[in-house]
Amino acid sequence: MKEQEEIFDYLKEQFGEDTVEFMKGDVGRPWFQFPAVRIKEIAKFLRDTAELRFNTLMCLSGVHYAKEEELGVTYHVHSTTLGHSMAFKVRVPIDQPNVPSVESIWKTADWHEREAMDMVGVMFDDHPNLKRILTPEDWEGYPLRKDYEPQEFYQGMPTTA
Amino acid sequence: MIEEQILETGKDTREMTINMGPQHPSTHGVLRLELVLDGEMVKQCRPNIGYLHRCFEKYAESVEDYAKVIPYTDRMDYVSAMNQEHGYVIALERLLEVEVPERVEYMRVIVAELQRIASHLLGIGTFGLDLGAFTPFLYCFTEREKILSIFEKATGARLLYNYMAVGGLMRDIPKDFKSDTAEFVKTFRPKIKELNDLLSYNKIFIDRTAHIGILPKEVALNYAASGPVLRGSGVEWDLRKNDPYSIYDRFDFEIPVGKGEVGTLGDCWDRYIVRVREMEQSLRIIEQALDGMPDEGDVKEGIPKRIRPKEGEIYTRTETPRGELGYYIISDKGASPYRVKARAPSFVHLSMLPAISKGALIADMVAIVGSIDIVLGEVDR
Repeated sequence: MKEQEEIFDYLKEQFGEDTVEFMKGDVGRPWFQFPAVRIKEIAKFLRDTAELRFNTLMCLSGVHYAKEEELGVTYHVHSTTLGHSMAFKVRVPIDQPNVPSVESIWKTADWHEREAMDMVGVMFDDHPNLKRILTPEDWEGYPLRKDYEPQEFYQGMPTTA
Repeated sequence: MIEEQILETGKDTREMTINMGPQHPSTHGVLRLELVLDGEMVKQCRPNIGYLHRCFEKYAESVEDYAKVIPYTDRMDYVSAMNQEHGYVIALERLLEVEVPERVEYMRVIVAELQRIASHLLGIGTFGLDLGAFTPFLYCFTEREKILSIFEKATGARLLYNYMAVGGLMRDIPKDFKSDTAEFVKTFRPKIKELNDLLSYNKIFIDRTAHIGILPKEVALNYAASGPVLRGSGVEWDLRKNDPYSIYDRFDFEIPVGKGEVGTLGDCWDRYIVRVREMEQSLRIIEQALDGMPDEGDVKEGIPKRIRPKEGEIYTRTETPRGELGYYIISDKGASPYRVKARAPSFVHLSMLPAISKGALIADMVAIVGSIDIVLGEVDR
């Protein structure tokens, strides 16, 4: 089991100081931030290295940062063999919201990524089946964006009562 | 040409795609499975969800009060509402760093475990019903009814309670709660044996569930399965022990796991029997909690007047009857949470369905869907 600081030092050594950022709010748990382009390589490392062994992806969430005009993806991973967990994020500009998919590393990411695409509009590259999941396939817009306005009509039906 | 071949031989060997659901009685809600069939064998299964989407997350982010989200969490997994509330208030208590009074903690554990039994009874009963066993369903519901009556006395509602508050409970604990619960524990124990005789070790039931829908351990972990589904594959994993929350570290109980007793490890029967055995463990926890619960104390004194967490974020997870329920909450010091994501166990388990149903017979699909015990309210949120 490793503490968050130990994981930070370990990752810094592996990927260099520019790649890994360690952040914390006033309350709650800290998180790491990685550049989006390298996420797949880092995820594979997190899963396969004997010292870390993050074998399950507990949760994957899309977030819209309205002020910064960015989209974020937060990954929460846990190691069932070593008992430690961590959170890490990537952030991408809203006009080019491409993040490599981690579906091939943790299968559970399949539906989580589809949900993040459906709700906030993050585009996951190399995802095998990136379709909307909770809303109909021909729905317009991304409901969990802060500036979302629901479409007035859906297939001729009014969406508001 | 295929048509000529059919006319000549009288055999149509083409694949067929059919829809199971959205109004199929064994899908426990509105779920549509697109099945690609070769004869009776399932070659591919594509679940389609979203029919019950009620914008839980959007609502939570626009409600201008953290506490107003609690009744909505009830409506995610509506057959285990207590556990849904429990996870959400724990997440907020950790964000706010609020102390919870002893009496409240004990009461929460008791209602959460009662709810687990009620939810498992429903899961087991309807699982049997799907496979043609009608009587056990009635037995299960008779017992579940007793739990709902205890809840009704304590909270005023039978299904959706809005009972837990941040740092406390919404209502005082009724005087006869302890005696009612103790009475239930006493009468329910022999019923588990009855259920085992009637359903668990029934030859027909075993024939329908053993060796069906096998989920290997590695696949389960890669899909982040949790709860009875993961334990059915032989992994001893329970958040109440592995990532303890509330006061679960004080109780003595075991984690039942599947062992492949009547079939292969990780089949439908293993997932089923884990639920039955968990009910016994829940009874043990309830007994210990009833002994330990203080008789005096105000359950409302710890509730903060205003909930305004500082800037930060948290992911907390609790063990609901279906598995790991996670809440990811981001606070930006505003009146409503900036982001709430509910990681529902049923959502994750349903995404696993294509992997475990390949090669199954169409009649066994019913057993597989029943054995992962999904609640569509939680899948679609």
